[in-house]
Amino acid sequence: MSGMYGFRTLLYKEILRFWKVLLQTVMAPVLTALLYLLIFANVLGSHVQVYPGVSYTAFLMPGLVMMSILQNAFANGSSSLIQSKMNGNIVFVLLPPISNFEFFAAYLIASIVRGLVVGLGVLLVGLLFTELNLAHPLWVLAFGVLASAAFAAVGIVAGIWADKYDHLAGVQNFFIMPLTFLSGVFYSIHALPAFWQTVSHYNPVFFMIDGFRYGFHGVSDVDPWLSLAVVLPAALILSWIALQLIRSGYKLRS
Amino acid sequence: MPPAIRLRALDKRYPAVHALRAVDLEVAQGDFFALLGPNGAGKTTLISLLAGLAKPTGGTAEVMGFDVVQHYREARSRLGVVPQELVYDAFFTVREMLRFQSGYFGLAHNDAWIDELLDNLSLADKANTYTRTLSGGMKRRLLVAQALVHKPPVIVLDEPTAGVDVGLRQSLWAFIRRLNGEGHTIMLTTHYLEEAEALCERVAMLKDGRVVALDRTANLLRTGAERRLELRLTPAVLPESLSGRFIERRGERFALALPDYTELENVLAELRRADIRIEEMELRQADLEDVFMKLTGQGT
Repeated sequence: MSGMYGFRTLLYKEILRFWKVLLQTVMAPVLTALLYLLIFANVLGSHVQVYPGVSYTAFLMPGLVMMSILQNAFANGSSSLIQSKMNGNIVFVLLPPISNFEFFAAYLIASIVRGLVVGLGVLLVGLLFTELNLAHPLWVLAFGVLASAAFAAVGIVAGIWADKYDHLAGVQNFFIMPLTFLSGVFYSIHALPAFWQTVSHYNPVFFMIDGFRYGFHGVSDVDPWLSLAVVLPAALILSWIALQLIRSGYKLRS
Repeated sequence: MPPAIRLRALDKRYPAVHALRAVDLEVAQGDFFALLGPNGAGKTTLISLLAGLAKPTGGTAEVMGFDVVQHYREARSRLGVVPQELVYDAFFTVREMLRFQSGYFGLAHNDAWIDELLDNLSLADKANTYTRTLSGGMKRRLLVAQALVHKPPVIVLDEPTAGVDVGLRQSLWAFIRRLNGEGHTIMLTTHYLEEAEALCERVAMLKDGRVVALDRTANLLRTGAERRLELRLTPAVLPESLSGRFIERRGERFALALPDYTELENVLAELRRADIRIEEMELRQADLEDVFMKLTGQGT
């Protein structure tokens, strides 16, 4: 018997879980992002240019992709955990000899995968509407994975903490949505008044999007290394919190 | 050889209730053991602690010699638990669930045993059915199958026959008896005391988080309550000579103690002498329910 096999099975099961309801977990968020793209690009496209030589639609794309990654990485772990808790079938993964770390890693990685799959979907559909540079693919990958991990970890924490769907909707609407919308998805923060620029600099999502955008366009509001210096520790700290919560048995092993 | 289950001063306090109070219990390997008690006695808490679904606030629990906290991997891989709640994962089919469960226990290729489980639990034709469409009894049997995918030496069943109809209940017990015959230790809780009486060699009774009786089933039956003779009489009076045997009266029915069958003739002779006619007669052996009622002061 190998311990790794338990982890691999749980990871596979978690990926299969969202894959089986692809329409809801992947197609729907891709369509939502597409609607944003159509509306904002058509309304603002001809009037706004944020970076020289970059159309507004091309500017908007990385932001929308990142927003989709974040929201779906969060949604995956949180909804899987709350469903299992509410249905009681969480016992199926609590009874076997799966370690706390394996449990954490399986839920985290599955959520990262969901975030990236949706992000890739938005990207591919978006390419039908605009051309997009890929100046620094490694930066794109690094920010995609790290940001996805950070929000996957938040999703795990929220899924363990929440006692009902209502709690999760609260986190989603009052925490995740404001963070993502007030982060420069649709605009450069240089367009904001000084006060809101300062506020944005306390929002880690701003750095996720800015760094991600740098990977595509080679231009950004701040140095990508600074963004990495914010996003990497954020991903690590949030993951660590999720792992400790699982270790403590909080709301899982009473 | 370590006992299959060993609890030492196992204690569990929740904020509102003291669910388990310093319980000591040993179940030998190969035993067929019943854990009985009224609702809220602590049976499910005990099983949760054993399975690692809850953390003890005192004492220790071991499965096959492995502490369930310190060596949880070893302990859990030797334990199969059928939970009481009828839980299922609506996303997957019966076979997928059993493959996942095998994988969680580190088993990659388990289809031969999965098929055997499905056969024995009359689920073979449901292998590719989504679990949400199963009936209650089928979901219950799927839970049993899930608990057995890794052939655990110790099997704990929390109310395994609740909601399962009579015919399937028989085949389920036959299967579990076979597993016991092959050396698996069985611990179960059930509301059907006659099942525990028929199947289990040893019984523990819990009340308010304490073990109030722990013995071989046969011993409990012998000591727990006496054999009684129940009579409906016309006229409804009991001769003075039988008052020493009197236990209770319910309407026209008298219950008399009858420790020995040979004394039956005496009783009948006394009644004839007093010219009292017997309308109905019933000889009742004490069963587990009587013992249970006597020890816990209530029914199931």
